[in-house]
Amino acid sequence: MRETKYWTWHMAAGVVILFLLGLHMLIMHVGGITHLFVPYGGEAVSKSNSLFRDGKLFFTVTYILFLGVALYHGLYGLRTILFELTLKPAAEKAITFVFLVVGLGLFGLGTWAAVVTHAIAIAGARG
Amino acid sequence: MTEIQRHDNRLGIWGWLGGGRWGIERYAYILHRLTGLGTLCYFLMHIVVTSLRAWGIYPWVEGGFFHRPIFKFAEFLVFAAFAYHAFNGIRLVLVELGFAVGKPIEPVYPYKTSLNVQRPLLISMMILAAILLAAGGYEFLGLAK
Amino acid sequence: MPESSKTVRQINFHIARYNPETDRAPYVKTYTIPVREGMTVLDGLHYIKDNLDASLAWRYSCRMGVCGSCGMMLNGHPTLACNTQILHIATTDLTVSPLPNFDIIRDLVPDLLTMFDKHRSLKPYIERADEAEINDPQGEFYQSPKELEAYLQFTYCIKCGCCMAACPTLATDARYLGPMPLAAAQRYNQDTRDDGRRDRNQLSGSAHGAFRCHYAGECSRACPKGVDPAKAIQILKRQLVLDYLHLSRRKKPCQKLHGPGQGKPLPNIPAAPAKTV
Repeated sequence: MRETKYWTWHMAAGVVILFLLGLHMLIMHVGGITHLFVPYGGEAVSKSNSLFRDGKLFFTVTYILFLGVALYHGLYGLRTILFELTLKPAAEKAITFVFLVVGLGLFGLGTWAAVVTHAIAIAGARG
Repeated sequence: MTEIQRHDNRLGIWGWLGGGRWGIERYAYILHRLTGLGTLCYFLMHIVVTSLRAWGIYPWVEGGFFHRPIFKFAEFLVFAAFAYHAFNGIRLVLVELGFAVGKPIEPVYPYKTSLNVQRPLLISMMILAAILLAAGGYEFLGLAK
Repeated sequence: MPESSKTVRQINFHIARYNPETDRAPYVKTYTIPVREGMTVLDGLHYIKDNLDASLAWRYSCRMGVCGSCGMMLNGHPTLACNTQILHIATTDLTVSPLPNFDIIRDLVPDLLTMFDKHRSLKPYIERADEAEINDPQGEFYQSPKELEAYLQFTYCIKCGCCMAACPTLATDARYLGPMPLAAAQRYNQDTRDDGRRDRNQLSGSAHGAFRCHYAGECSRACPKGVDPAKAIQILKRQLVLDYLHLSRRKKPCQKLHGPGQGKPLPNIPAAPAKTV
């Protein structure tokens, strides 16, 4: 039943990413049409616009959530593709463990960066 | 009984690709895998690159390393991959949870399968993906101001 | 063969030959045979064996699409040789090869034992707690036509292996259970007489079970009996998720009626006429 659990969360993660990545794309890649969250005008990815969003708690929290959900969805997908190559059970266990470690590591890095940048952005806004 | 020699006849990775005579759903599955892998590769690099802003490094703004046409094009490809993967993913979530496949019926020749039932869903998802892709392309070509 | 069809066409059969005692790998041998309208690929193979090459080996039995023995790849599609008219799929050339994703024993004969082992591992029989009743039945189990409809389609499977040959996952993953065993598992899960779903879930919800299906749909396209294993697997996945989330209703398997002819009839059914014999 463990695989059923992993797969169910993979599907749920996909639905969550649909909304979060959809919003991210609407801001970043269709920003010329939507003009969402770009108070400083110009490119959505400019330093001033980035700092504006990083200073908002909503964005910091959703970035962290988005990161976790996307890492789970992506790494489970890659694990599925690798498992379909007829590996030994020991190799399958090793892959699961390595992906867990890589996923947690990248989640840690991204969360730390989001929190630090949030603090920098707020300090910049105040000072 | 003596062991009879057998020949391994598995298609291998070619069984995922090649053909040209398969149904559209099989090609949709192949493309879903390719776009998923492409997006994942980009995403893992993206985490590392965007984390650099914690050190005040912004390589993607004007004047930075990633602010070049080749990277902009690569980003558009990632956007295209997302557009396809997302809409095909919606279809797969519905189908793989048994919602868009129809009920078991008595098979009467010529057989109508679940593939016929979910075909309109596939077509509509592809149309939506094309619309999103067009919006992204419009922006990428710098036509949106 | 009766001389009913007048037109005779010469068709080249490119057949994959393999003798494990003399060959290291399969090779293609071409036979040209006269084909009349109405001849199936099985008829063509018989012609070759009778007139051109008696060493050609393949499986067949019923020659009418019910036994599932003659599954093979015809012009790149896995299907039954007895069910396929030559002139429907070929004008000059026909490629015949054994079903892929199975080991080849000889010529066009695949080793289907792996498929049968996977099928057996999913317990394709009625499982109930009251084993005494199963082994020594004292009455009928009640099942309405609507309950039958929920799994009837999946009972039409003839175990030909065409779906297994068509599946892209089986092309690389030898441990994947495959469309036929999973559809068979769903056939029993949906049967109201059965109570073995949670037992079968252990294997169908495992790492190489139903979740390695990604709905490429090739199995349903290849199936010569309209069983639609792709549909069965998606319904199976839904049931696995509902069972994991503890959202599925705990249903008892259908109960036994008192005995043949002793069930209570519905109120609007008229009584049977008096016996005359």
